[in-house]
Order: sequence, then structure tokens, then C-alpha cells
Amino acid sequence: MDIKRRQFLKIAGLSTIAGLGAPAAFNLLLKGGPDTVSYASSGGEAEASHEAAPTGVRLGMVIDQRVFDANKGLAQKCTTACHTVHNVPNFGNKKDEIKWIFEVPFEKAFTGKSQYHKNKNLEDSSFLVLCNHCDNPPCVRACPTKATFKRKDGIVAMDYHRCIGCRFCMAACPYGMRSFNWRDPRPFIDQKTHNKEFPTRMRGVVEKCNFCVDRLARGQQPACVEACGNTGAMTFGDLNDSHSEIVKLLDNNFTIQRKPSLGTNPSVFYIV
Amino acid sequence: MLEKALTGSNKYWGWIAVLLAFMAAGALSYVQQYNYGLGMTGMSRDVSWGIYIAQFTFLVGVAASGVMVVLPYYLHNYKIFGKITILGEFLAVAAVSMCLLFIMADLGQPTRALNVLLHPTPGSILFWDMIVLNVYLFLNIFVGWVVLTAEKKEVAPPKWIKPFIYISIPWAVSIHTVTAFLYAGLPGRHFWLTAILAPRFLASAFAAGPALLILLCLIIKRVTKFDAGQEAIQKLVTIVTYAALINVFFILLEFFTSYYSNIPGHMHTLDYLFFGLHGHSQLVPWMRVSAIFGIVAIVMFLIPAARKREDTLAIACVLLFVSFWIDKGIGLVIGGFVPSPLEEITAYYPSFQEIMITLGIWATGFFILTVLFKIALSVKEEKMIS
Repeated sequence: MDIKRRQFLKIAGLSTIAGLGAPAAFNLLLKGGPDTVSYASSGGEAEASHEAAPTGVRLGMVIDQRVFDANKGLAQKCTTACHTVHNVPNFGNKKDEIKWIFEVPFEKAFTGKSQYHKNKNLEDSSFLVLCNHCDNPPCVRACPTKATFKRKDGIVAMDYHRCIGCRFCMAACPYGMRSFNWRDPRPFIDQKTHNKEFPTRMRGVVEKCNFCVDRLARGQQPACVEACGNTGAMTFGDLNDSHSEIVKLLDNNFTIQRKPSLGTNPSVFYIV
Repeated sequence: MLEKALTGSNKYWGWIAVLLAFMAAGALSYVQQYNYGLGMTGMSRDVSWGIYIAQFTFLVGVAASGVMVVLPYYLHNYKIFGKITILGEFLAVAAVSMCLLFIMADLGQPTRALNVLLHPTPGSILFWDMIVLNVYLFLNIFVGWVVLTAEKKEVAPPKWIKPFIYISIPWAVSIHTVTAFLYAGLPGRHFWLTAILAPRFLASAFAAGPALLILLCLIIKRVTKFDAGQEAIQKLVTIVTYAALINVFFILLEFFTSYYSNIPGHMHTLDYLFFGLHGHSQLVPWMRVSAIFGIVAIVMFLIPAARKREDTLAIACVLLFVSFWIDKGIGLVIGGFVPSPLEEITAYYPSFQEIMITLGIWATGFFILTVLFKIALSVKEEKMIS
């Protein structure tokens, strides 16, 4: 009795699987499939083009390096503006260093892009790097407490009160854009420029660029963008709004992202 | 049974006193670090994990290696290990305790540690690591204690303990696998981004852990009446030798993939660790010592005369343990941060306080180990007398 039932179930099971699978398999063999050639992608742009039309807001930034190259000192102005607005301390040493946006040479910003003869323009040019507010952020994946999280508008934000200071996010960020408060930062904030509208941090938590989420809420531009004035060096906006200025820039210029092969889909683009 | 830890010879109390002194020194340094912040350590923006997380990673392996005596005894009924199973389990307890202490020492906001439970995040590997480590700690304390109590009463262990023992076997593998996943899933850290990181971790763990257990057995033989027996120790030697050889094989695989593919990002850290990168060779002496010690130890394990003599066996175990401690406890974690994502090279030197805290936690681990072993061995000695 038992054996019969087992056999019946086996046969029934196998024939069901065969029945379900066989036509599909035959179809594939006969037609060769519609997708004999398809493209795997690694870059954010390529990825996006394969997806259904994106919905919702995704905030991003375009950095026009041509403008920064023509205006020496402008990048420094951006850094100062950002670090002042956000009460970023200045410890005066590399070990304790905290930085949200800073200048680095091309090969540091865009590692792995070799050049046999370095482009003359790149030689004394330095690139502003900041949190990329990735569409697929590894730091958010790593955080064990959701102290760093992605907002609906694409901003990768931090909750300084929830962070336990494990620094997993720092190991996870492939761009080196996160800083840790190795010691009490408050004595190292310039009292003359202290911004009472933005919180200071305590020791033992991680921090980074937040795309000026609080300024955006008040209808202002990010501090670095504002510092650029009307030079057009930095453009901030919604990457999903086809009428926005940033999308027009992306449409009309060749832009690059940092380490696109990692699949993080950075929201900061550079016109070199 | 705890009372058995409260009676002992002068040597026992002397050893306890030494450990307490180191624990106190570590605690004092920790108070300093707690008040000042992690800036007290040598860590920086670029090398954001240092010897705390390195020790943690190494010790997860020591903890997992308990399974190397538990599995043969309980799954294959290998009776010879019956005498030392409890030692393997209690070694795991001490090692996991150290792991948890090292994590706590490394947190910027230790008082918020429970946020990991208050805001559970299944997407984070650290969340899972916390779960598997704590469950493993519980399993080993529980199983060890129940089996030892039964031994004391001279009855067979209760049947209901078996499921806990069987669960603890794959669980041991899980703790080191999950710990490897902390590293192996991070984009942009080429040195860690390797699918054989978890197998590598397990191989080095199953070599270093039992090597430590052999050393402990040899020490115990001198200071107590308990003898694990030549056969058990030689079987451990076989396990250590195989695991060590597999680990060396895995490391050579990493070298092949990196250097034959010739992809710069894959070669950078190995260059930095073994040959020096752009003139930076801070860790090169360490890694070379690790390589030499490892090879010498394996050769000694392979020579019958060397592995059968207790003194040469002890030397081989020490060499292997030190070799793998450097490889995993220094090279793997600290090396992984060089070069940084911006391809900068930052050196890391642990500070005085950082070293004292590290020694203090090791002392705490050995304190737990001593007390647990004392209890277990007292029970066994009593039986031998009666």
C-alpha cells in the first residue's frame, strides 16, 4: 500500500515537473530565445536604462570640472562653506581628521583609470569628492542599526543618535567618504563660525555629507552648490525629473561616476 | 561546581593573580579610552579597524575550532576525544567571550550596543554575527555544563542534550563563515573580496585552535593529574597538520589569482603585506615571520620524531599559533585597509593603551579559561581518585 502510494506520488510529481518545464524548454531550443544577445551592465547609467521608467525623486549632483579648473580656489570655497555650515571640526592632524567634501587629484578620485600620457588639463586639476549618495549604498547595507539609511529622495542620511560607532559603514564605503569622531569634536569647532542651526556631533559616531538635507527642507541649495554662485560648477537636482537642469546637463555632456563597476550607482556625476 | 575554582595550589592562585593584574591594567586603559574616545588608539580615518577587530576575527576561529573535538566524538563516536571534549567546549566559551569583549572595546558608543537588538537589521552581516556568536556562547556553556554535571554524578548525560550538541557542530562553522562575510561582501576592498575567505578562515581556525588545545593539554599534564593521552594529542596533530596545509594552499591560491591576473587592485595589498608598496613596508617583517613560522611548524608536524616528542611538538604548536595569529590577527584585517579607497597608504601603529586593553581582554579570556578548566579537571581528578 505504502509503496504504491509512494510510487504514485513520484510519478505524479515527475510528470507535473515535466509537463510544466518541457514546453518552455522546447520553445527555448526552437527559437533560440529572443535574448540570445543581451548586455550585462555595471554602470549606473546603463543599469538605469534597462529599468522601467524611474519614479519618484532621486537627488543628484553634476560637478563640472571645467569650471573648477577655470576658477582656482572655488573648490576650496565649497569645502569651507560645507565644513562651516555643518560644524565640521578641524583637528589639525590627519589621524583625527573629519571631512565631508575635499579635493583630490584625478587618480585618487577615479582609481583604475590609467593614462599613458596624462591629459594636460588633469595635471594640476583637483576634483571635489563627497558622498555619492549611491542608489545602492553598501554603507546602508552594512549598518547594523539603520543609523545610516537611504531616504525616499535618494539621500543617504545619518542618525547620529543611533550610531553605535562600529565603523562597519567605513569599511563598506568604497569611496572613503565617511569620517569617524575619534574624540570629542566640539572643542575643535571654530566658535566664531559655529552654526547653531546644525547639530554638533559627539565622539564615537560616524558622519559624512548629507546633501544638506536640512537646507533643502528650508528651500535652500546645498552649501557647496551655493558657494559656487552662478558659475555652474555644481548643479543639484532631481535625476528623475526630465525637465530639471541636471538632467539637461547629463543629456548634453559626457559624464563619469566614481567606480561605476561596483554597482553602487553613484548620484554624483563629473564632467571632465 | 563553581566552588572547585575557589580551591587550588599556590601556583594556581599565582597565575590567577597575574591574570587579574593584566585585567586591571586593561580596565584602567579602557577607562582612559572611554573618556577620551577611540582616538586613544592608533586607528584613523583610513585604517578604521585595528587590533581589536583583528583579535576578534582571529578568536572567532579559535572558538569555532572546538568543533574539531566535538565532531569526532559525538558524530563518529571517536572515544579517545571523550576526555578532552569538555576542554574544547570551554576553550570555545573563553574565545567567544574575548570576541564579544573586543567588539565592545571597539565601539565608539558602547552604551548604545543594544541598538543592534532594538533596531534589528537583517541586511547587516554584523547583526547576524552578533546572533551566531551569542548563541554559540550559550550552546557551549550549556552543553559543557550539563555534560560535566552528569560526569560528576557519574551518570550518562541526559538524552535531551544531544540536539544541542548536534546543533553546535554546524553552528561552529557558521560563526566563522558569518565573520568572513563581514569582510568578503564589501565592494571596493579587493583583498577581502574573495569567495574563499570563509574557507580560508575555517582552515586557519581548525589549525590554530587545536594547536592551542594541544599546548593546553601539554600544560595541563604537567600541572594536574589529568593526561589527555598520547593518542588524542596525536590525532589533534593530524587535524592541525591537514588544516594548516589546506590554509597554506588557500593562501597560495590568493597569490595565484592576484599575480597571474595582474589586476593592480588585487595585487596592492599582497604587495603591501609581503614585499612593501611604494616604499611602505610596515607589515613586511611580520608577514615574513608568519610565513617562516608556518612553514617550519608544518615541517615539524610532518616529521614523526618531532611531532611525537612533547617538547618539539610544543614548539611546533607555538610557531603555528603565532604564524596564524599574525596572518589573520594583523595581516588580514589591517592589511585590508591598505591602500584606502582613494589609494592612499596610511600606516597604523597601535597605541600603548590599545595594547594594554588588548592584553587585558586576552587575560580575561585566559581567566575564564582557567576557571572553567579548573572546574572540569577537578571533576575528572576526583573520579580518578575514587
